[in-house]
Amino acid sequence: MTDIDVGGRVRVDRDRLLRILQDHGVHLGVAVLLLVNIAFTPHFVSAENFRTQAVQVAPVMIVALGMALAIGSEGVDLSVGSVMALSTSLLSLYLGYGMWIALIVAVLGGVAVGMAGGALVAFVGVQPIVATLALMVAGRGLALVLLPQLKDVRDPTMASLGSGDVLGVPYLVLIAAALALLVAFVVRRTTFGRQLLAIGDSRPAARLAGLPVRRVLVLVYVCSGALAAIAGVLATARLTASDPTSLGHLMELSAITAVVVGGTPLSGGRVRVGGTVAGAVLIQLLTATLIKHDLPPSWTQIAQAVVIILAVYAARERGRR
Amino acid sequence: MPAHPAGPAAVLSAAGLSKTFPGVRALDGVDFTVRAGEVHALIGENGAGKSTLIKVLTGVYRPDPPAAPGAGVLTYDGSEVEFATPLEAQHAGISTIYQEVDLVPLMSVARNLFLGWEPRGRLGLIDFRRMHREADAALRDLGVRVDVRRPLRELGVGVQQMVALARAVSVDARVVVMDEPTSSLEPREVVTLFGVIRMLRERGIAVIYVSHRLDELYEVCDTVTVLRDGRSVHTGPIAGLDRLRLVSLMLGRELGDVRDQGLTRFSGSHDTAAEPVLRAEELTVRHQLHGVSLTVRPGEVVGLGGLLGSGRSETAKAIAGALPPDSGRVVVAGVPVRTGSTPAAIRAGVSLLPEDRKAEGIVPGLSVRENIALAALPGLSRFGLVDEARIDRVVATFMKRLRIKASGPHQKVGELSGGNQQKVLLARWLAMNPKVLLLDEPTRGIDVGAKAEVQKLIDELADDGLGVLLISSDMEELIEGSDRVVVLKDGAVVEELAGDAVTEDRLLRAVAAMPADVPADVPADVPVDVPAVRTASGGDDD
Repeated sequence: MTDIDVGGRVRVDRDRLLRILQDHGVHLGVAVLLLVNIAFTPHFVSAENFRTQAVQVAPVMIVALGMALAIGSEGVDLSVGSVMALSTSLLSLYLGYGMWIALIVAVLGGVAVGMAGGALVAFVGVQPIVATLALMVAGRGLALVLLPQLKDVRDPTMASLGSGDVLGVPYLVLIAAALALLVAFVVRRTTFGRQLLAIGDSRPAARLAGLPVRRVLVLVYVCSGALAAIAGVLATARLTASDPTSLGHLMELSAITAVVVGGTPLSGGRVRVGGTVAGAVLIQLLTATLIKHDLPPSWTQIAQAVVIILAVYAARERGRR
Repeated sequence: MPAHPAGPAAVLSAAGLSKTFPGVRALDGVDFTVRAGEVHALIGENGAGKSTLIKVLTGVYRPDPPAAPGAGVLTYDGSEVEFATPLEAQHAGISTIYQEVDLVPLMSVARNLFLGWEPRGRLGLIDFRRMHREADAALRDLGVRVDVRRPLRELGVGVQQMVALARAVSVDARVVVMDEPTSSLEPREVVTLFGVIRMLRERGIAVIYVSHRLDELYEVCDTVTVLRDGRSVHTGPIAGLDRLRLVSLMLGRELGDVRDQGLTRFSGSHDTAAEPVLRAEELTVRHQLHGVSLTVRPGEVVGLGGLLGSGRSETAKAIAGALPPDSGRVVVAGVPVRTGSTPAAIRAGVSLLPEDRKAEGIVPGLSVRENIALAALPGLSRFGLVDEARIDRVVATFMKRLRIKASGPHQKVGELSGGNQQKVLLARWLAMNPKVLLLDEPTRGIDVGAKAEVQKLIDELADDGLGVLLISSDMEELIEGSDRVVVLKDGAVVEELAGDAVTEDRLLRAVAAMPADVPADVPADVPVDVPAVRTASGGDDD
């Protein structure tokens, strides 16, 4: 009697554990990595190091925010890395007309790519993975046509955008935080956000309920494109150079990882902004930990893979109940 | 466990079984026993615990740990068991056929039949020849003749169900659980199914049969267990059990009430003098509709009758903008509506409750609240920002008015019973203040109690001045619920019945497209998509 009771409790605990893992596992992971580093990594606890980590993670985080929207709509956006490259090319080309014009043109480039992807998905009915794969190839190509090789960016305002700070908090981090709050607000409090979740959960039901499915889908990819372009601009400012060959390379995978690890299901219908932010931080910390302990970079990739598998496992086990 | 009358040994039994979900006690000490060679009906309202019980019996859910020694245990074949997974239950000999066919649509019939235990030849490769031969034999056994090499999805739902059945039977099952097996079958296929069930009984296999269709139970079952609020309230032989008594057991209402109110809850006719609020003119969709015209007045319930495939759902979808017509007009309250656009139809005041509630109606992962507010969202927002307070008010109003049973507005809709899901959908549309409601099978798959409530709601809504177009395969519902009935056949209107002409006899003739002077008895082979025909005639036997 008693031991059966215990058995029952263990089972309940397992369910709860999985739920906690999916909902908060990413925060737990961040906390554990922080503690491990504080305990074992020399020079980890320093303002300088925290700044470096935060500045490095900011562009990934911004791209992941857009990716979370795309995944929430039961889609995916593979073009984000190429959009970053395109925006850095446009930025260099138009910097002669003034920084603000260059910034606007660069972001509009991302919007245009997003519009193309959204139109392919919403109006032509191409699967998101295929539509954005095409744009990923085309976008990188276009970026290289516009700017065939690396070019230094010698604009003092751009340089200060990349390295300046307010009260010790880098601009990059402030911008990323502001965008995260904005996206969270959009998801939670706007009709667009609600409609996006409904469309991601059940497209036929959303359609029959009279939702503007096509408009919402186009807007999702426009947001993702714009956010990726902003990330491209910020990365350019930090590096003070435009390198369309390598900027944003494999960024789509990092972004998807951050989103999935953050607990947003790939099946759509849910967007977890806080989780996505934490997911990006988790990946960053993981990489930093391994590098600081002089492990080869290939280990980082293996560690990332393990984290992804854990995240998907928690989500799947929970879905099975 | 109460001692049962003498008979074959119990194959599977549950004693004092409970199952608790967060906030809900779905099963509360249920006793249930099924014997070899017995067809045991399991009935109850939605939310009574039928699905949960079946899922516990078949290893999908685990029961709560026993509250007292001997209570809450599952006994199979004389020994206590605990199934950890559905597969374990299957290997033990408990096969389940679910309401929704769970097969692989792209694979061939034979591969589906043998999925997971394909006959192997040398090198461990699938022996296709043997597999096809055996699949063919297994289906022939059930009276189904199809090319077993064809992909499953090319076949009708009925045949798919037969494949699921053949699969269940051929894995040496000792208990076969059928969850509403007839809900998507044509009458001809139902006859075949019943033949199979009788065959299973002769082979000494125990069958647990869940259905909302009472006449089926009387036709094929031996024993019935009635569940209500997670408890078993009655178990006994079904022969000799009065139909009204059965219904009152399920509902927990007094016999007199049921008799007074009839089996449906429609109150009768509505005022039908006003100008039409909906006018569909010559709607034509290639291969589907051929010039369908109909009108609905405010406060009127117009039934849309016909066989499966006669174009009823297509008509509703064309009116609602979900199926673009090649020609024809839709006029709402005197104003033509752009066809082929759901948003345009909704703005004009047309709302469609789709037939496939799960796939096209609810958004399962969202809460009751978000589902109700979904269509009305732009109206409940300002500058694209959602007005939470207004949504709360609207949701509270409709949850109360439609008597939606949920643990709260934030419960996921996917967790509700079918009847309550349907009410959530109704609420979604009522929040839009529609002029016309198109209801496609609003009570299908929801049981007697919820059905009566939904029917009563439809009535109330018409009284409030809405125009209602009601599609139903339940002939009794169509007759009692509608003021007029438009009958379709092969995508065209064949007859319109009004007033006293709305009778079962006239409707049957119209549906079967028989002239009025031919004798009334409909030939048995006419595939009337109305199992309820028998209910209607048998509903008032004393």
